[in-house]
Amino acid sequence: MRGIYYVTVENRSGVLSKTAGLFARRGFNIDGLTVAETENSEISNMTIISTGDERTLEQIEKQLNKKVDVIKVRRLDEKNCFEREAVLVKINYTRGNRREIMDVCEIMGAKIAHMGAQRMVVEYFGHPSEVESLINHLRPFGIQEVSRTGTLAMQKEN
Amino acid sequence: MISGAQALVNALKREGVKVCFGYPGVAITPFYNALYDTEEIRHILVRTEQNAGHAANGYARVTGRPGVCITTSGPGATNLITALATAYADSIPMIAITGQVSSELLGHDVFQEVDITGAAEAFVKYSYLVKEVSDIPRIMKEAFYIANSGRKGPVLIDVPIDIQNNMFEEYEPGEVSIRGYKPTTAGNPVQIAKVQKALEKAKYPLICVGGGVVLAQAEEEVRRYCEKTGIPVVSTIMGIGVMPKYHPLYFGMLGSNGKPYANRAVEESDVLVIVGARVADRSITVPNSDEKDITIIHIDIDSAEIGKNMGATVPLVGDAKYIFRELYDMAAKGSHDEWIAKLQKIKTTCVDPRVFHNEFVNPCEFVQTLSDKMDEDGVYVADVGQNQMWSADNYIMKKGKFMTTGGLGTMGYSIPAAMGAKLADPSRQVVAVCGDGSFQMNLMELATIQQHDVPVKVVILKNGYLGLVREYQHNVYDDHYMAVKLDGSPDFQKIAEAYGLPYYYVERNEDVEATVEEFLKTEGSALMVCRVYEYDQVKG
Repeated sequence: MRGIYYVTVENRSGVLSKTAGLFARRGFNIDGLTVAETENSEISNMTIISTGDERTLEQIEKQLNKKVDVIKVRRLDEKNCFEREAVLVKINYTRGNRREIMDVCEIMGAKIAHMGAQRMVVEYFGHPSEVESLINHLRPFGIQEVSRTGTLAMQKEN
Repeated sequence: MISGAQALVNALKREGVKVCFGYPGVAITPFYNALYDTEEIRHILVRTEQNAGHAANGYARVTGRPGVCITTSGPGATNLITALATAYADSIPMIAITGQVSSELLGHDVFQEVDITGAAEAFVKYSYLVKEVSDIPRIMKEAFYIANSGRKGPVLIDVPIDIQNNMFEEYEPGEVSIRGYKPTTAGNPVQIAKVQKALEKAKYPLICVGGGVVLAQAEEEVRRYCEKTGIPVVSTIMGIGVMPKYHPLYFGMLGSNGKPYANRAVEESDVLVIVGARVADRSITVPNSDEKDITIIHIDIDSAEIGKNMGATVPLVGDAKYIFRELYDMAAKGSHDEWIAKLQKIKTTCVDPRVFHNEFVNPCEFVQTLSDKMDEDGVYVADVGQNQMWSADNYIMKKGKFMTTGGLGTMGYSIPAAMGAKLADPSRQVVAVCGDGSFQMNLMELATIQQHDVPVKVVILKNGYLGLVREYQHNVYDDHYMAVKLDGSPDFQKIAEAYGLPYYYVERNEDVEATVEEFLKTEGSALMVCRVYEYDQVKG
């Protein structure tokens, strides 16, 4: 099973390592982790994706809640939340395949953020499965580098 | 204007700390300098930092308030880690203050620098690395609050030396308000009612008490409830002392080292209430509620404990004292005569298969005699190993206190913890019981006991082996006794003499009573060796 946690934490040094350390120590998986400040500079938000059986996923929520720096933990319902990831893909191109790459980007809704003499950087923001799909479509052209964020998530209705 | 060091000391005074335990080094000297002019706080100089932690642990368990220990940076701080882990595993409230290298040198790997907040992260309830001197009053107030509320535990405060020296305008810290920390104490009334209802319907109800009941100081509440309803009780090792040993409703300690009839009681029960226990591997093997028709009620202050090691039919989060008061008010007077009779029958049919060698002292009888002859409100501190199991099994609880580290099982715990217990309440008699292995882990604290005149009685159950491991090797590895024989141990009588302690020795059962009496009557501290046969067992 998959667990998506929307975790509000104090924006202090050490909080990320304390939280990540908890996962390592208790043998919980981290499939994805993103952290950034919220609209309030004192508070950060973490989106953590994990997998495990129901008991493990429940333990993760409880153990996170025990952390003094954790203000609030919400386990999101997969069917009722947005999941988004951002990705940058650097690819080699030639005159021969440039058009084809541009077509892929157009169909997927990705943008060419930079175009050099032989390489271009494609940027994309979308559902993790779409990010996966874009990478798969670009792979045949020769990917040089991929930089991908963890998943951001938000409940549609509270 | 005052210094950060003075602010730390002022905070301890504000919290009513009377005794602290520590070991100085350069990085914590500003704090020690502030302590120099403080008459309200007595400082006990231990002989190694780990024992400052265990002493603070013992102090906390007797006072019910956080014990305080202080070390310097680097090795001083790392030496404390085992004591932090011990307090964490047993949920003992503790404040550890460590010195640290100067702020601007942090991360440069300078002399005696370690990242102690990082290293201790897995063993503390919370930790602070102080970066602003003006945060000290707030941090100290929060630290005491966090350590002693909800599920209790150790809090570490790491203070760089420049922060200790910096000056600031002191202020009264306001009420503690931490967004992410709001422990539940009152139990949910709907759940409490559910628990009571389940217990009323039960034919074979059983309550299993753990260390959480002791920490919540809810012994009286649990006892009263059981007496009103007639529900029998079993205990984990950390719950020993909740029920008097010879109480008609008490059926002993359960677990792999406990009484077989206590484990049978669990198997036979139809509603099992587990209160303040982790349900760890050594204690409770709970019948799987899918396979057996059993209702499991789990009461704990820490919601994460519920469902961690087993599923519960009725979870109830809250403070045991509060919950059992509520349950008491709801419950009608009742009895379970048939069930108690059944348990009594099981108890009488469980014969002890062990044979104790009669050349030396029977450790079980020794513990019974010792604890029986101790003052009614005496404190008995058991170390770790066979001595601990014999102690737990045979300790006669009256109005006293039984202390041991059931969670982490840290050898060498008993002497420093006994020291802390004695300083917490000098009116109470305190006895530490250890084996010849655990004694040699911390015998240096005999010097602390003498230096600070802390009258603690120390008993060594001497069998020349690391007995519990030897017993395990006997049971599991065909008597391949590897690295368990304590050859080379010193003459303990000479150790006693060297430290200036009266010495007692007993090796025959018939001499136990008289020797124990004399030993306990001795003014001040004393050391007693009780000779036990090499191959006496904890289990049959």
